[in-house]
Amino acid sequence: MSTTTPAFEGAAIEPGVLPRLLPARPLRTIAGHVEHYGPVPQRTDALILEIERSGLKGHGGAGFPTGVKMQAVAQRRGSSVVVANGTEGEPASAKDKTLLSIAPHLVLDGAVLAGTAVGAREVVVCVDRAFPQIAEIVAAAIDERAARAVDPLPIRMEQAPHRYIAGEESALVAWLNGGDAKPGFVPPRPFEKGVGGRPTLVQNVETLAHVALIARFGAAWFRSLGTKADPGSALVTCTGGFARTGVSEIPLGISMPALFRATGTEISQVQAVLIGGYFGTWLPPDALDSVRLGSASLRTQDASFGCGVLFALPKDRCGLAESAHVTRWLADQNAGQCGPCVNGLDAIARAMAALVKGDRKGDAARHLDRWIDMVKGRGACKLPDGTARFVESSVRVFADEIRRHKRNGPCSACSAAPLFPLPRVGGWR
Amino acid sequence: MTRMVVNPITCAGHGICAELFPEWIQLDDWGYPIIDPRPIPKEFAAHAKRAMAACPTLALILRDERAGG
Repeated sequence: MSTTTPAFEGAAIEPGVLPRLLPARPLRTIAGHVEHYGPVPQRTDALILEIERSGLKGHGGAGFPTGVKMQAVAQRRGSSVVVANGTEGEPASAKDKTLLSIAPHLVLDGAVLAGTAVGAREVVVCVDRAFPQIAEIVAAAIDERAARAVDPLPIRMEQAPHRYIAGEESALVAWLNGGDAKPGFVPPRPFEKGVGGRPTLVQNVETLAHVALIARFGAAWFRSLGTKADPGSALVTCTGGFARTGVSEIPLGISMPALFRATGTEISQVQAVLIGGYFGTWLPPDALDSVRLGSASLRTQDASFGCGVLFALPKDRCGLAESAHVTRWLADQNAGQCGPCVNGLDAIARAMAALVKGDRKGDAARHLDRWIDMVKGRGACKLPDGTARFVESSVRVFADEIRRHKRNGPCSACSAAPLFPLPRVGGWR
Repeated sequence: MTRMVVNPITCAGHGICAELFPEWIQLDDWGYPIIDPRPIPKEFAAHAKRAMAACPTLALILRDERAGG
């Protein structure tokens, strides 16, 4: 299987070495970028196969195999479109913005290479319009490439609405087609009928940066970091109670204690870690010593890597109150489209708020489990499912806290301003 | 095999479907249909079609699935 894989001798980035995606200094010009990573390979005929061999999975949150997604678009009739999704609506995540500002050409290389491989006629890079400094960097990179005619495909940038679910594939495509950035009820899926009615490959920008490196150095090189099941590296955003917060690149599969050491944080300083963003799962203290940042290990905790956000809850915070704040914010992100989501998430958020207050009558606790089950799978997008997953995990991991609140009412930490970022969002266009 | 699904965006929660096809459709706490995900048995085919036709927003969808599809 590895016989046709290009050898990585002479690769500009040594195998088994970090960083891959985050060079020490920003590479915003083509000259600096090519000097660091080497030239873009001209041949892309075997790229999809190579991506499949690499085992690359999407870094936007769902973790879908990239090669399979590319194949699905490549097999459609007619020319297609590639959307490089850099909207990063996850409030606690900063990895895509960091990547776009440090290595914009790596993302653009990957988008163009993927586009050539799937028969695309254009590349559309989407960024969040609330971050004009990122848009400026991306626009400058696109301009330089256009001026030097380095790409076989045209690239344009669009500044998408600043909203949590606007970056969901079908929502982004709907917006690019002139509508509201709201999820559609599929099918047709974007790979069948997307931007301008064409088959559309929507990939997270970090995923595309990995594509650019696999195209250069091969699948075996990619697999020289990470594990067999979770090959390669990943960007993570460590936030909340980590001693050093921010974006870093890790080999997939590293242990949680190793990540804590890398951020200079003692595990004993935190109550729990939320992994995977606001659709994620809380890891309780006893799991933090043993869990690895790989799919099999995380699955034992009903968790997944998601978009690589790790939020550490400090000891002096109320996990129940913080979770209730996030639940309310998530409920408010609904697009006003699906009844079970509009009504169900609001009911769930109110029940969470009632638990914080002590839920003396016991109504909230009685309804919450039922409502969690009731909303799953009943929206056009995964907002109800993701919220249900987060709340399920919150009431499980903070069960003692819920009991204490029931006995004593709100705790002294309940009135603190939320530690989670809960941004005000904009409109749908 | 035929399964029934609802387009949650077009569904406005009128609830007529649950009255016409209670064997397969229940309403949630907010009046929106929860549909049994299993294939609909032949004896209920007429019920399913009637519920579908009666929906004011035409939100119910019958999906034919061939074996292996």
